[in-house]
Amino acid sequence: MQKSRHDIWVGLFVLVGAAAVLFLALKAGNLLSLNFGETYQVVAKFDNIGGLKPRAAVKSAGVVVGRVESITFDGKTYQARVALQLEKKFEFPKDSMAKILTSGLLGEQYIGLEPGVDEKYLAAGDVVKQTQDAVVLENLISQFLYSKAAEPPAAPAPGGGK
Amino acid sequence: MSWLDPREVGYAVRTRLAGVGEATRLFLRLLALGGASFGRFRLVLDQVFFLGNRSLSIITVSGLFVGFVLALQGYYTLQRYGSADAVGLLVALSLVRELGPVVTALLFAGRAGTSLTAEIGLMKAGEQLAAMEMMAVDPVRRVLAPRFWGGIVSMPLLAAVFSAVGILGGWLVAVALIGVDAGSFWSQMQAGVDVWADVGNGVLKSVVFGITVTFIALQQGYACKPTPEGVSQATTSTVVMASLSVLALDFVLTAMMFSI
Repeated sequence: MQKSRHDIWVGLFVLVGAAAVLFLALKAGNLLSLNFGETYQVVAKFDNIGGLKPRAAVKSAGVVVGRVESITFDGKTYQARVALQLEKKFEFPKDSMAKILTSGLLGEQYIGLEPGVDEKYLAAGDVVKQTQDAVVLENLISQFLYSKAAEPPAAPAPGGGK
Repeated sequence: MSWLDPREVGYAVRTRLAGVGEATRLFLRLLALGGASFGRFRLVLDQVFFLGNRSLSIITVSGLFVGFVLALQGYYTLQRYGSADAVGLLVALSLVRELGPVVTALLFAGRAGTSLTAEIGLMKAGEQLAAMEMMAVDPVRRVLAPRFWGGIVSMPLLAAVFSAVGILGGWLVAVALIGVDAGSFWSQMQAGVDVWADVGNGVLKSVVFGITVTFIALQQGYACKPTPEGVSQATTSTVVMASLSVLALDFVLTAMMFSI
């Protein structure tokens, strides 16, 4: 029987396939950036989260320190309730500030955590008091237009152009 | 108007229905024979060799070229918006989520499915299956089940190889040829491809396609008319039915998996 020859090739084929799956998971996917270390959960409330998505990064000083666990709508305060999983080895003062930022011009949105000066640290279940919402382009433009309209017309501005 | 004769219509409907019923019964038997097939692992192993290893070359070469083309086309579009760095993400997501499983299944239907149908059909035409039954050997258990499970094992591995080789091909064109920054090629890909939602669902898709293509090929061969024309018809309809089922199933699966 020539079966032993097949054995080798089938084994090789299965190994190649497994290597391909591993390559997809490790090199193309983000399995490496998943961390299986211990985390603690804090909550931040935002008036507007823009395009923030679950599993977005939480960064402090540009370094990933956690992930967005879930985003829910709080029906009482009409705010977005964002649960953050932070790595246990990083502790942040209680008055730290969470901002929704954008990486690059068209990039994904993430949460920037700016450490405060409080003596006490955030513990599991705490609420981040100070937050800054995502920048919404429409609001920005309307604010700009209102402030323009409020200004005394210093120079003749025909057509209301810029 | 003989075809409108109620007896003719009734006969046609009843034949079709019986065909569907037989196919379902065969499918359930093949599933139930999973344990028995892996009990005689040699038989499955041989089929993995014929279905998997022998398809590896066409899968690898196709994957490489699909990756090349994706990178070229993706770069062409993305550089208009100044985000050529995202070409890695585009190549990886298209391959892992859609093209890997689907194109592999189509190639698998053409390369392995046809040979399965022709083999089983010829065995039937040559009355080998009947001879087996005479010797109290169940052809479904001895011939069909190992092929079925061999196909199910091979297909996800082939799809993974296709996607991986395609990503390497995309890297070759985008980074080595065009000059996209290698760091952002990989980092954008890693930031955007989720292991479970994208890679995992892609693998799941390829398993479903493996079941679909292999089963259609076996069923067509097993139910074909035992004549040369019958075998040729069955082979053709294997490719047609398997391709259409894969494309339709892909839509349903995509809608279910990535519906957010």
